[in-house]
Amino acid sequence: MDWDIVIGIETHVQLKTNSKIFSGASVKYGGEPNSQACLVSLAYPGVLPVLNEEAVNCAIRFGLAVNAKISSYSVFARKNYFYPDLPKGYQISQYELPIVGPGTLTISNGSEDKIVRILRAHLEEDAGKSIHGVSNGKTGIDLNRAGIPLLEIVTEPDMNSADEAVAYAKKLHELVQWIGICDGNMQEGSFRCDVNVSVKKKGTSKLGTRREIKNLNSFRFIQQAIDFEVNWQIERLEDGGEIEQSTVLFNPDNGETRAMRSKEEANDYRYFPDPDLLPLVINEGKINSIRSEMPELPDQVKERFENELGLSNYDASGITSNRSVTQYFKQLIFKGASAKLAANWILGNLFSRLNEHDLDITNSPIKPEELARLIKRIEDQTISNNAAKKVFDNLWDNPDRDIDVIIEALGLKQISDSGQIDGIIDEVLINHAAMVEEYQSGKEKAFNALVGQVMKASKGKANPAQVNEILKTKLSK
Amino acid sequence: MLNLSLKELSVQLEKKTFSSVELTQFFLERIKLHNPSINAFLTIDENKSLLMAKDADRIIQNGDKKALTGIPIAQKDIFCAEGWRTTCASKMLENFIAPYNATVIEKFNQAGAVNLGKTNMDEFAMGSSNETSYFGLVKNPWDLLKVPGGSSGGSAAAIAARLSPGATGTDTGGSIRQPASLCGLTGLKPTYGLVSRYGMIAFASSLDQAGPMAHSAEDCALMLDVMIGHDIKDSTSVERKNENYLPTLNDSIDGLRIGVPKEFFGEGLDVAVQVVIDNALKEYTKLGAKIVEISLPNNHLAIPVYYVIAPAEASSNLSRYDGVRYGYRAAEYDDLMDMYFKTRQEGFGEEVKRRILIGTYVLSAGYFDAYYLKAQKIRRLISDDFRAAFENCDVIMGPSSPSVAFDSGEKKEDPLKMYMQDIFTISTNLAGLPAMSIPVGFVRNLPVGLQLIGNYFEEAKLLNVGHIFQKNTDWHLASPKGLV
Repeated sequence: MDWDIVIGIETHVQLKTNSKIFSGASVKYGGEPNSQACLVSLAYPGVLPVLNEEAVNCAIRFGLAVNAKISSYSVFARKNYFYPDLPKGYQISQYELPIVGPGTLTISNGSEDKIVRILRAHLEEDAGKSIHGVSNGKTGIDLNRAGIPLLEIVTEPDMNSADEAVAYAKKLHELVQWIGICDGNMQEGSFRCDVNVSVKKKGTSKLGTRREIKNLNSFRFIQQAIDFEVNWQIERLEDGGEIEQSTVLFNPDNGETRAMRSKEEANDYRYFPDPDLLPLVINEGKINSIRSEMPELPDQVKERFENELGLSNYDASGITSNRSVTQYFKQLIFKGASAKLAANWILGNLFSRLNEHDLDITNSPIKPEELARLIKRIEDQTISNNAAKKVFDNLWDNPDRDIDVIIEALGLKQISDSGQIDGIIDEVLINHAAMVEEYQSGKEKAFNALVGQVMKASKGKANPAQVNEILKTKLSK
Repeated sequence: MLNLSLKELSVQLEKKTFSSVELTQFFLERIKLHNPSINAFLTIDENKSLLMAKDADRIIQNGDKKALTGIPIAQKDIFCAEGWRTTCASKMLENFIAPYNATVIEKFNQAGAVNLGKTNMDEFAMGSSNETSYFGLVKNPWDLLKVPGGSSGGSAAAIAARLSPGATGTDTGGSIRQPASLCGLTGLKPTYGLVSRYGMIAFASSLDQAGPMAHSAEDCALMLDVMIGHDIKDSTSVERKNENYLPTLNDSIDGLRIGVPKEFFGEGLDVAVQVVIDNALKEYTKLGAKIVEISLPNNHLAIPVYYVIAPAEASSNLSRYDGVRYGYRAAEYDDLMDMYFKTRQEGFGEEVKRRILIGTYVLSAGYFDAYYLKAQKIRRLISDDFRAAFENCDVIMGPSSPSVAFDSGEKKEDPLKMYMQDIFTISTNLAGLPAMSIPVGFVRNLPVGLQLIGNYFEEAKLLNVGHIFQKNTDWHLASPKGLV
């Protein structure tokens, strides 16, 4: 292909505050339409906005997490346009002077790391929802969402494939949850991406005309929409056509993008500073106090786990993919499990079971204390790794049971008494003299067969390492 | 009861010479009798008012009376008052019943004052003659053929006609001071941010400020005491120690430096008005003040700057009147756009639409820098002029209005002429300074107002300077004939 793909993303992150950005109304999702629309949400005559400090704190946390400059002075502006779900006839947003200045986010695309530049992030209020066809062709307006705080995070056009765009979106999605500013619920619209896509002839520097795909709320849609859009643009250009700057919608049913409005129809938003709100002044003291409360960031934790605990890049990435996974892992370590085994068990058995039941790790029936005890039973050789899987399965269904009781009940306790193993081996050697002969005549494979017989004779309970060792000694005599 | 000041009414209520119910009934009767000819009130609700009066009487009985307890105050129909129709004198809000109280209303309620009714005004406070009201013009009690000024024309006419002993007003470019001047009253526009704007229907948010209107500076002081205070519901309201304006009312003004801007006495000022203003200034020198000539070199830019900034903010503030959630909606329409067009076309009056158009224009892409940004820069220069002037004086004085009350209809069709009415008042709104108008004489039997401009948060000084004048003169006690 002789085309470069250029992608920039604007993400609307719904901030996890208790109330709306400019009023005290609740932000809970799923209320009866307009049950969370206070006078400010309804834009009654005479009401005024009052900035929610919590939303500001969230924006500062984000800025610090992407190494961005926090503006000491930012300004709320009015973006004027008429729409029934925009009650004031303007949206309060930050325009010329946003709260968060340039920063960076490192994404990993396969094996390579790539830095995506964050241009800015600004605070704004969400609009309400138009619900078409509520009753005989009429449109209903639900203003519960009107005024919910959003942080709009804008990147430079630094991504060059759908994969990179998705990697960025996933990384950002993890980060905003990690620092506690967003619940990350994409179905409920807490994290929505507008993706700007353009293509240009390979090697040229001038950017092509972009089209903006609006409101993508799943990683799969981001992937599909970009793939479709890129193909559409390339085909059009190769057919000698031109791309018109426009806003497009993605239809998940057929996987296509379709133009919504072109630049000529674009609104003139008549931005101007909102005279109802004073400029937002943030002093160094506030930034420092928030910085002191910031959690260690996923990239930092990952690096630390690699260096201090010897985890592989793969394991460390998996363990730091999500803050609650990291928490779970840390508790395993705290309870004495070894890092490598802890990571294996989380990323392996636990994840597959959680996925199977569509559960979040915080709702895992197996608590970290129990999993740590199980791992310790492997480490102290009470049970084999295979036996541990059986204990794990049993524990999943009976989370209240004691691990040692399960081990006992299932008879999984490993035989590590060398005298006892000695006896079993001696018996096997006598009963399978033919195999012994084969081995001694040079057939290495016969060794494994003998190990198998010993395990069988011990009903799988003999410590395999010990069996290997003792058997080897006896055969070499 | 007719001619008693708020202070005297307060004393009589305390003495139980009459009750709040009697007092309220007295004014309600007068409103019933005279409002049809003056049109100062848009909404009267006897039951509500009398219920408040009863409550006040109970408080007085219990000995918990505060300064304004039991005193009827008329409220400009720009303030939302729970359960009261609140129209802003617009068809758009003709049937709008406010579901909550503006902070100003809340404060009067807590002070035990009685809401006497909602007063007429220019539609959305846009006008200087009270002729833009959807509910008809207000007549000047001094001469029913004349306008009372605007936009707080209903409040001014109500007080002048003795239909209410005091009233609230709001002032975006002169809307308290000019009608006070044209109706022979005392009216104060406080420093921007001193009185909460919460619940006061917005015209131009960076300029709007509520204030008291009454006969005297002393009465305004009593009302202002109640109105001020930081409000967490208004981010632009200032946090400062609450002042009490009464103790300093009688302070000596000996040695007071009165700055008189030469720009206030040029072309456009009625010569007869100038004579009255000069006499008032002479009176002040007799009282110990000194006159200092000052200059406000950018004052001539105040009107053009104002007519960029105020309409810009208004065009956005009035977007919420779209027929979707409350207020007027066109009876018939084809689709959403048609609903917007017809609703706003039919619901707003001419002047409001003119200002929405101007505001939309100056904020449009390509014009923003040339108009809005430039206006903001000049606004700063105007503030700087005042800052420099206050280096050399304590109070600035001049006319409140270039003329006395003019005929109804005289300027209605000529917006530019109408806008000139505010030539002396607008610059203080742009600078955010406090200013007051007090009656200082008559021209052709119509009142003339002297404007007093103070430095930021020097309301106490303005009230003191006004009160000293009124202690030595009786212009503020004059009342129009025929109605009283």
